[in-house]
Amino acid sequence: MIEFRSVTKKFPDGTVAVRDFDLVIPSRKTTVFVGSSGSGKTTLLRMINRMVDPTSGSISIDGEDTSTLEPVALRRRIGYVMQNSGLLPHFKVIENVATVPILNGVPRRRAHQEALTLLDTVGLDRSLADRYPSQLSGGQQQRVGVARGLAADPNILLMDEPFGAVDPIVRAELQVELIRLQRDLDKTVVFVTHDIDEAFLLGDQVVILETGGLIAQVGSPSEIMAAPTNEFVANFIGAERGKRALSIRSTGSGDILVDSSGRAAGILVAPTAPDAE
Amino acid sequence: MNFLIEAFQFIFDPANWGGSGGIGVRLVEHLWVSLLVVVIAAAIAIPVGFLIGHTGTGKSIAVIGSGGVRALPTLGLVTVIALSVGIGLTAPIIALVVLAIPSILAGAYSGFEAIDRRTIDAARAVGRTEWQIVTAVELPLGLPLLMGGLRSASLQVISTATLAAYVGGGGLGGFLFTGLRTNDYPQMLAGSILVIALALLSEGFFAILERVTVPAGVRAGLPTSVRARPSRSRATAA
Repeated sequence: MIEFRSVTKKFPDGTVAVRDFDLVIPSRKTTVFVGSSGSGKTTLLRMINRMVDPTSGSISIDGEDTSTLEPVALRRRIGYVMQNSGLLPHFKVIENVATVPILNGVPRRRAHQEALTLLDTVGLDRSLADRYPSQLSGGQQQRVGVARGLAADPNILLMDEPFGAVDPIVRAELQVELIRLQRDLDKTVVFVTHDIDEAFLLGDQVVILETGGLIAQVGSPSEIMAAPTNEFVANFIGAERGKRALSIRSTGSGDILVDSSGRAAGILVAPTAPDAE
Repeated sequence: MNFLIEAFQFIFDPANWGGSGGIGVRLVEHLWVSLLVVVIAAAIAIPVGFLIGHTGTGKSIAVIGSGGVRALPTLGLVTVIALSVGIGLTAPIIALVVLAIPSILAGAYSGFEAIDRRTIDAARAVGRTEWQIVTAVELPLGLPLLMGGLRSASLQVISTATLAAYVGGGGLGGFLFTGLRTNDYPQMLAGSILVIALALLSEGFFAILERVTVPAGVRAGLPTSVRARPSRSRATAA
């Protein structure tokens, strides 16, 4: 469990990124911070592993105040996945993945063995192990980034717009992959995005942020969709524009769902168990 | 044209190679002084440059300072220092170190600066200490630009080390000053040719170093070496 207690972050240039922020992030669930630029979502994420220190307030992980922990040691037990993968260009894929275990003193040979297993986990061919990041596609690099984040088997995985720089098809693939991973690995995932559809797809708990780290609404995707607390949220999730207000319309070729402006949005099918594949 | 032929005759005359004032001894002296100067300058400039590059502070001071130092006339500096420390190698070595520092300093910090900030941020976020960021990330990625700095410093030092002879410090400058005093232009030209040859050799040496210090993964990302499966390689290094 990660707990923010009246956290404020003021940058030296005077910008207040986050003001008096309170939130509990439950363990073994995916929490998504979603908001536009300037909403402080990345700042919030980076305060968890002390890449940014709060100006006031406290953050605790399982009851332990992070300000009492040594930042380097703390970061080594928290997985971190960022946009553009952040891989070292002069390290081979396998070395990038094995980074944190090696920093933690795991013998190189064993770390590399485990890294190969992780490539399987994230759906990468083992033959890519000896390539350099520049020889991989954007989607493959991002998978390597996820593998590196998982390498030390952390309880917490921080993901900062990890799929922001890949094309929509690859992004959809990676999202599905992350859902599968999360079902298998059961990590506490904190995910940052500006894409509300991504937030609803991945999040158990979705935190919608307004400028300055102000919480507009916290809840499960269904709670937020069913009852947006205010106009900002309604606008943000697209309810305002009728994007999420679907109705059935009969057409010559069968019944379809349309949004409030009459655009086709899908079809209605009998419910299936979500885990049946 | 005659001077040129005579200059080469001077260089290839075995009689001019031996002895304490011969080409052999002066070549070695020249190389030794240049090497010593570059090593001393590097020992000062590289740590400072890395510190500036890593912390991102002090750059404006370094730029202004380097600009000022670059404007100093080395001959004047040699003379002034020689007046206080006396004739010999000390004065030219100090003056040449001053000359060499700005290039090496610029190479060291610009090498660090040229690295994608996100790469360094990620290195920190996965739990590298500041020292590990310098040694495992910034140093290998910044090495080619540092080599570039050493390259231009060496070039300047080799060509300016001729001034050592002005205060009795030896080196190839001896041929220039002797030739000037005795109106022996072929000898002057011979000295110049030898200095040019040394400078070109140094350029070639550092050009190779600059190339080989580019890390394999970075080289693999360059468009020229995309060979195996072009469809899977990205033209830009992430």
